Amino acid sequence: MKNNDTLVIGGHEFHSRFILGSGKYSLKLIEAAVRDAGAEIITLAVRRANTKEQENILDYIPKGVTLLPNTSGARTAEEAVRIARLARELGCGDFVKIEIMRDTKYLLPDNAETIRATEILAKEGFVVMPYMYPDLNAARDLANAGAAAVMPLAAPIGSNKGLATRDFIQILIDEIDLPVIVDAGIGRPSQACEAMEMGAAAIMANTALATAGDLPLMAAAFRQAVEAGRKAYLSGLGRVLARGASASDPLTGFLRD
Amino acid sequence: MDQQFFVDSSYLSKEALEKKHRLETDPSFRTNHMEYLPGMEQIHSDVCQKVLSQMDSYDPSRYTARDVKAALEHETCSVEDFKALLSPAAEPFLEQMAQRACQETKKHFGNTVYLFTPLYIANYCENYCVYCGFNCYNHIRRMKLSYEQMEHEMKVIADSGMEEILILTGESRSQSSVEYIGEACKLARRYFRMVGLEIYPVNTDEYRYLHECGADYVTVFQETYDRVKYETLHLMGHKRVWPYRFDAQERALMGGMRGVAFSALLGLSDFRKDALASALHVYYLQRKYPAAEMSLSCPRLRPIVNNDKISPQDVGERQLCQVLCAYRIFLPFVGITVSSRESAAFRNGIVRIAATKVSAGVSTGIGDHESKYTGKEPDGAEGDEQFVIDDGRSLDQMYRDIQGEGLQPVLNDYLYV
Repeated sequence: MKNNDTLVIGGHEFHSRFILGSGKYSLKLIEAAVRDAGAEIITLAVRRANTKEQENILDYIPKGVTLLPNTSGARTAEEAVRIARLARELGCGDFVKIEIMRDTKYLLPDNAETIRATEILAKEGFVVMPYMYPDLNAARDLANAGAAAVMPLAAPIGSNKGLATRDFIQILIDEIDLPVIVDAGIGRPSQACEAMEMGAAAIMANTALATAGDLPLMAAAFRQAVEAGRKAYLSGLGRVLARGASASDPLTGFLRD
Repeated sequence: MDQQFFVDSSYLSKEALEKKHRLETDPSFRTNHMEYLPGMEQIHSDVCQKVLSQMDSYDPSRYTARDVKAALEHETCSVEDFKALLSPAAEPFLEQMAQRACQETKKHFGNTVYLFTPLYIANYCENYCVYCGFNCYNHIRRMKLSYEQMEHEMKVIADSGMEEILILTGESRSQSSVEYIGEACKLARRYFRMVGLEIYPVNTDEYRYLHECGADYVTVFQETYDRVKYETLHLMGHKRVWPYRFDAQERALMGGMRGVAFSALLGLSDFRKDALASALHVYYLQRKYPAAEMSLSCPRLRPIVNNDKISPQDVGERQLCQVLCAYRIFLPFVGITVSSRESAAFRNGIVRIAATKVSAGVSTGIGDHESKYTGKEPDGAEGDEQFVIDDGRSLDQMYRDIQGEGLQPVLNDYLYV
């Protein structure tokens, strides 16, 4: 892989394109994500960090790893803004992943509220990474509101169903000039690989690792899958797959000038 | 075998005994349990009608093994599928149901198990509910904690490491007013991250007040959704009013609470119908309030002070497990709480299948946490328990046991916003 192939989010550079999500937490999971999956960014639910000393997740996070606090539990833009500010006060840095859900059954993000929260937090200097339903208009609004990346869902969170929204994520990758990080629903390394081949900037996963029989082994598998997909994309495969193969006998060969 | 609910205390006056007996034996002496009392808010919700029409037409014996197999094959579980899973025909499929439930739990909750403890702040009660240790005719040591005593209890519990508390009272507005409970919530917010309430049902504006005091979750057990049976078990007091109780969760959500919890007390009536109604109560309310967090409990009847004969009847552990697996398959996103009414062995097993929350360090008495936690002789009065618990594990022990099952105990995953 090219040495200069880094993931840049809000001016910060990362070498890894695997991000650990926050749904299910344990010390073992974080260790495996960092050591075996190579994660440099770890999501942290602020509500889970809102705890006393006994099991504070902040203590689990190794040095050198960037914390990505999320606003899970927020039902409105205002609640998300308050949680983001609290994260900053807790010393979690300026990154924030906005999650706003008004649905406890499917946990689908509310794009309209997310756009509002993005605008407020970007103005306050946060590096805003919104979790979203992959809708092009909403993604454009998020970009205009100051988002540093967009994080479309691949499938309902925790479902391990893979790229159910594949075509719509491809549109975002093609049209949005921000890193597109595929979040939620990735259940297997092969699905992560496919998203990377399509041109996703990074993958976020949690359940797929958290519920694996052998955590370190699955973490290593994700690392390789993400790297393989990225290499394939950089090699031009992504273009071939997405746009149809280029014919060896060109249809326009008859043109004389 | 019928339950032996009625126990006469020699401490009751002749007049009190006469009234008690008349309530027990003469239905015409009892008030209309479907009629609201003055001061009770009516919200005209359509949820109750939806639940009752499903429950009333449910005939568990109608379902066959074929229905159960089909239900287990469907990717999403319909109401009809759920009815099949609750039926006797599903009993031979318990292991398959458990496997499916386990998958759903993992998908939605991963390996996490949440921990909480109840804090009873008063056991005065104005109702005569025949199965309950707090009922007004039961001769027990009554007590209501002062704010100082309350804070002491909270400190003892918080020192054990607990971060989520469920505040309970007996159902007496005069002894445990909404303001008294509100002060308890304010105190609890200082010591705990999450505060829930299990108190008598109140009106929307009162739920709003309690929410502002720091509570965000409300638990109300309907006890039984069978209105006819309910009438024979709740003989006196405001709790007798069945529909006001039914709408409590909706009023709590209207008052701004984040989440609500539901249950029937299994063993009072036909448990399959009660389980159906409990889950449908969640199902229909969730459709109306999709942002609300919902959870189900599954208490079975337990012995009480002065009556050790009360039992969960035909709801054995296998039946309880069937109900919980069916809940999980039908409502994969809801929390399921299993209390210390159940044994340590059952709770260790069920957290691997369907339960997402368990209590630990439990006392259902009043003001006795220090003596129960430390073995120290009580230096003040203590009030008697609501029921006899089965699983007396401390928080430390429960934490270790959950880890031993390969699961992740979680003390808090909540923020008051």
